[in-house]
Amino acid sequence: MGSVVDARGLSCPQPVLMTLGEIKKLGKGEIEVLVDTDTSKENVSRAAESQGWKVQDIRGEGEGYRIAIRKDLRGLCLNF
Amino acid sequence: MTQMKNIFAVRWGIIVVGAFIGVFAALLQKMGNPGNMGICVACFDRDIAGALGLHRADVVQYMRPEIIGFVLGSLVAAYLFKEFRPRAGSAPIVRFVLGAFAMIGALVFLGCPWRALLRLAGGDGNAILGIAGLIGGIWVGTLFLKGGYNLGRSEKTYASVGWMLPLIMIFFLVLRFIYPPLADKPQSGVLFYSLKGPGSMHAPLAFSLLVGLAVGFLAQRSRFCTMGAFRDLILFRQPHLFTGTGLLSLLVFAFVTNLILGQFHPGFAKQPVAHTLSAWNFGGMVLAGLAFALAGGCPGRQLFLAGEGDGDAAIFVLGMIVGAGFAHNFGTASSPAGVGPNGIAAVIIGLLVCLFIGFTMRRKMA
Repeated sequence: MGSVVDARGLSCPQPVLMTLGEIKKLGKGEIEVLVDTDTSKENVSRAAESQGWKVQDIRGEGEGYRIAIRKDLRGLCLNF
Repeated sequence: MTQMKNIFAVRWGIIVVGAFIGVFAALLQKMGNPGNMGICVACFDRDIAGALGLHRADVVQYMRPEIIGFVLGSLVAAYLFKEFRPRAGSAPIVRFVLGAFAMIGALVFLGCPWRALLRLAGGDGNAILGIAGLIGGIWVGTLFLKGGYNLGRSEKTYASVGWMLPLIMIFFLVLRFIYPPLADKPQSGVLFYSLKGPGSMHAPLAFSLLVGLAVGFLAQRSRFCTMGAFRDLILFRQPHLFTGTGLLSLLVFAFVTNLILGQFHPGFAKQPVAHTLSAWNFGGMVLAGLAFALAGGCPGRQLFLAGEGDGDAAIFVLGMIVGAGFAHNFGTASSPAGVGPNGIAAVIIGLLVCLFIGFTMRRKMA
């Protein structure tokens, strides 16, 4: 299980800043980002993809969304 | 993956929205709105403050239907696409103060970021200083953001909280219907109406309202935000990610429409509702840009957020309207003759207040 970024209730650009901060910290792996607006959902997804991370899943949760993003170790995902 | 695509939040969608705003702003001017002021959120909030008698500058009083349309159009879009999320509680008083000083700064320049682009598209070279100031102010804001500045979390709340600003706007519209402008009368019922100056210049009610509703609807879908475009370019260095292309689109389409309509008049002197004091065109917008960045959105975006239930954005809007009252009552607003007698002092005080907010509201969110 990766880390969780709770950006609920925070307005632009905090959710993106927090997600990018976590991406920088981890480098790879899985992060779940919690947001509560559609704007944040779109912005976080785009920011993650711009860093080479894949948006694996977006689920409605409560009044917001749980976005799962992932970046595998190079080579591992395809070769094993 | 269950993500539903929002067609307006992809690049071409944002370009279309920017084009729509640019074309219809120029058309609003053609239909009667003031020069290079087809749409100006700051000026129109100020005119609303005048219509309500919160200031008595008799050249800038009109209940602008565009503003009402922006909020209600966004509300309709938010409900249609299930994005109405009532929320509030993220430092409301700070947002009010930021709204007031954003307005005070914008009225030293004479325009919000949208009007800065529209002024440029109409040939007003002074707008370049305003846009430079805007970017400068936003840049300072990004330094605070990088340093951990934020206004704290909002909380989900009652739907009625999200409805407050839309209801206020409906009330304003009702007032506009009950007390329409009367020929040669500066007052109609409780509303004030300018007989001369920019406040006396307006497109027909239905046209203004319909364009306002359409812009509100489209901007809610596309998350159109002028401040956000520059902020994200500075913060993330990825203009294609967000709304930067929308701004260019607005500028280009307004320019082309102005050319076609004969509304393009290049130069610095004698531009409509503008002055040529470069330092204060720049300085006013530094203050406005910083206040927008600290509050998380340009004046237009705050209206659209308020329409989708953001009670904190609604407070910012009310701060702008009250700020306009201060700006004219205290002589801080500029006019074509130059900056107001207290305009420079207001910019300095506003910058100090913004710096105080920026330096003291830092917390790393876990």
